[in-house]
Amino acid sequence: MLSKKNKEALFNPLSKDNPVLVQILGICSALAVTASLEPAIVMGISVICVLAFSNVIISLLRKTIPTNIRIIVQLVVVAALVIIVQQILIAYNYDVSKQLSVFIGLIITNCILMGRLEAFAMHNRPWPSFLDGIGNGLGYTIVLLIVAFFRELLGSGKLFGYQVVPQWCYDHGYENNGLMILAPMALITVGCIIWVHRAHNKELQED
Amino acid sequence: MNKNSNTYQILYAAVMVLLVGSLLALIYMALKPKQNENIANDTRKQILSALHIAAPDDSQVKETYEKYIIQDLLVDPEGNVVDSAQNVAFNVDMKKNVKLDERQLPVMKCKMDDGSIKYVLPMYGAGLWGPIWGYVAVNDDGNTIYGANFSHEGETPGLGARIADKDFQDLFVDKHLFLNGEYKGVVVLKKGQKSVTGAEQIDALTGATITSLGVSAMLEDCLAPYKSFLMKLQGNSGAQPAADAAETEINDNQPE
Repeated sequence: MLSKKNKEALFNPLSKDNPVLVQILGICSALAVTASLEPAIVMGISVICVLAFSNVIISLLRKTIPTNIRIIVQLVVVAALVIIVQQILIAYNYDVSKQLSVFIGLIITNCILMGRLEAFAMHNRPWPSFLDGIGNGLGYTIVLLIVAFFRELLGSGKLFGYQVVPQWCYDHGYENNGLMILAPMALITVGCIIWVHRAHNKELQED
Repeated sequence: MNKNSNTYQILYAAVMVLLVGSLLALIYMALKPKQNENIANDTRKQILSALHIAAPDDSQVKETYEKYIIQDLLVDPEGNVVDSAQNVAFNVDMKKNVKLDERQLPVMKCKMDDGSIKYVLPMYGAGLWGPIWGYVAVNDDGNTIYGANFSHEGETPGLGARIADKDFQDLFVDKHLFLNGEYKGVVVLKKGQKSVTGAEQIDALTGATITSLGVSAMLEDCLAPYKSFLMKLQGNSGAQPAADAAETEINDNQPE
C-alpha cells in the first residue's frame, strides 16, 4: 500500500517538493482566497478533491488517451470535476460559494492540476496517482492556511470569523492592519514563508 | 487500434464529451432544488438587510422573512394595487422585468417590531462589469428612505464592490424622494457636484465612477415608476407628510 515510492508521492509535496513554495504554482489563487481562513479551507479541500480524482481518472485512462489530444482530455476531466464541486458548494454552502465566486471556476486553470496530470498521472498507476494528488493538494492547502492565518489575524483580528484580539487592545489604540486584507500583503506573506522554508531546507537554496 | 489515427481521436473525443455532458446534466438536475432554495434565501437576506433586520442564523432566514414581510403587492404605474397574491412580488424575476412599458412593479409590505409599516421596492441595473441589484425600503410616508441594500455580480473588489458595504448603503437612510410634493428621487454624485433637479444626493464611491453612476441610473430607472404609488402613500398617511412638505417649502423659498 505505502511503498517507499508511494510515500514519496504523498509526503514530498508537503515540504521538499511543495507546489506553491518550491514549484511556485497556483500562486494566483493562493493570493485571492486567503483573506480569511474559511474560504481558504474550502478552496484547499476543493483543490484536494479535484486533484486527487482527476489524477485517478487520467491515470486510469492513460493508456487509451491519444497523445495528440491529451491536454484536451485532461482539461475536460478537470473542468467536469470543478463544475461538480461548484454545484455542490452552491447547494450546500452558498455563502462560501459566493465568497469564492470565480476562484472555484479558476481551479481549472490552476497550474498545479495540469502540472500533476502531465508529469505524474500520465505515467503512473491509479493508486500512486491518487496519493500524489492528495499530497500536492495538501501541500497547497497548508500554504493557504498559513497565509490565511496571518492575514485574518492581523487584518481583521479574527480567526475563522471569531474575534481573537480582545477589545481592550483596541481600546488601547491597537488597529487592524487593513493592508493585510489586500493582495500585496498575501504575496509578501508567501514570500516570507518561502524565505523561512528555504532557510530550513538548505538543499533548496540556489546560488 | 492505432491510438493516433484520426478516427480513434474523433471517436474518443465524441464519447468523452457525451459522457461528461450527461453526467453534468444529471448532477445539475439533482442539485437544482437545493440551489434554488439557497438563492431564494439569499434574496430574502438582502431584502431584510434593506430593512436593517438580520436573521438570528442562516437556518431561520425564511421564518424571519415571513414574520416581517406581511404582504406582497404588484402595483401599476398609476399606483393601484393589481395583485396581492402570496409571494407575487418576491417571485418577480427582475432580470426579465426591464422593459418600462410592460414592467411589473413589485412591492413588499413589511411590518416592523414597533408596528410601523415599510415598503420595499426592488431594483435592477447595470454596473461596470455586470448586473447590480438592490432593495430600497421606504417609510409609510412614501417619501423617506428607511434603508437600502445593494448587491452585484462581479464589480471590482475594493472599488465598485463597495456598493455592497454597509457604509455606502447607510448613506441612503433618511434621504427624501420628494421635494415640495414633487418626485425627485435620489442621485449618486461625486463630491462637489450638485444635482440639477434638486434631488437629494449621495456621495459616489471614489475609484468606482461607473458603478456609482450605475447605482444612480438604477435608482432613477426603478424608483420613478413608483411615483404614483408613493404619492398615494403620502395621501394615506395623513398630516405628517403635509407638515414635511410645508417645512421644505419654507426652506426653499429664497432662490426665486
